[in-house]
Amino acid sequence: MSLIRDEDAGEIRERLKEMVEPVKLVHFTQELNLEYGREARMLLEDLAQLSDKLSLETCDFILDKEKVAEYGVDKVPATAVRNGQDYGIRFYGIPAGYEFSTLLDAIVSVSRRDSELRPESRDKLAKISQPVHLEVFVTPT
Amino acid sequence: MRLAHRFALESDLIKADCIEATEFPDLAGKYRVYAVPKTVINEGTSIEGALPEEFFLERILQSLEPAADSGAGA
Repeated sequence: MSLIRDEDAGEIRERLKEMVEPVKLVHFTQELNLEYGREARMLLEDLAQLSDKLSLETCDFILDKEKVAEYGVDKVPATAVRNGQDYGIRFYGIPAGYEFSTLLDAIVSVSRRDSELRPESRDKLAKISQPVHLEVFVTPT
Repeated sequence: MRLAHRFALESDLIKADCIEATEFPDLAGKYRVYAVPKTVINEGTSIEGALPEEFFLERILQSLEPAADSGAGA
């Protein structure tokens, strides 16, 4: 069973053609987290099939302690979007509905290493001198 | 949400989490998330709703200023 419908898969493939560098989704799950965990993992497995430049690594939240520490993950399901570098981009929960397009956007941006922000914004961001943690709460609809 | 991730891509000092509120009710409760999107900055101040790029960034920078000031004055 696939969580991505065939008619959507074509559209997603087209979007992922904008990718330049390979992107890896590092997904954290745990066996006990069945309610949302299984669905999130299936969705990401389906998604990773849709581009040669996209890969998926699945880690166990309990057993893979080093990875959990490396990515600073404190809850699951969690998904990091990275290329050769980790930019601190995370999704917690199932990236379904509206958030699925946010995930595609993150994948393409990371792949192109281009934030597409205004030059003024880039200047201001370059001047930040302390760590900033943004937690954006969303719902699927 | 896209903006937060784009800020994280642009700055090494920024990390951005997209959190599905209904899957993490305890965390959503802790930050009093009654409407989305809601952005919590450094586990403290928050921004309600979606803002255009320049205003969103401005609000984030404003929330950082007190910490920077106290550091300079110490």
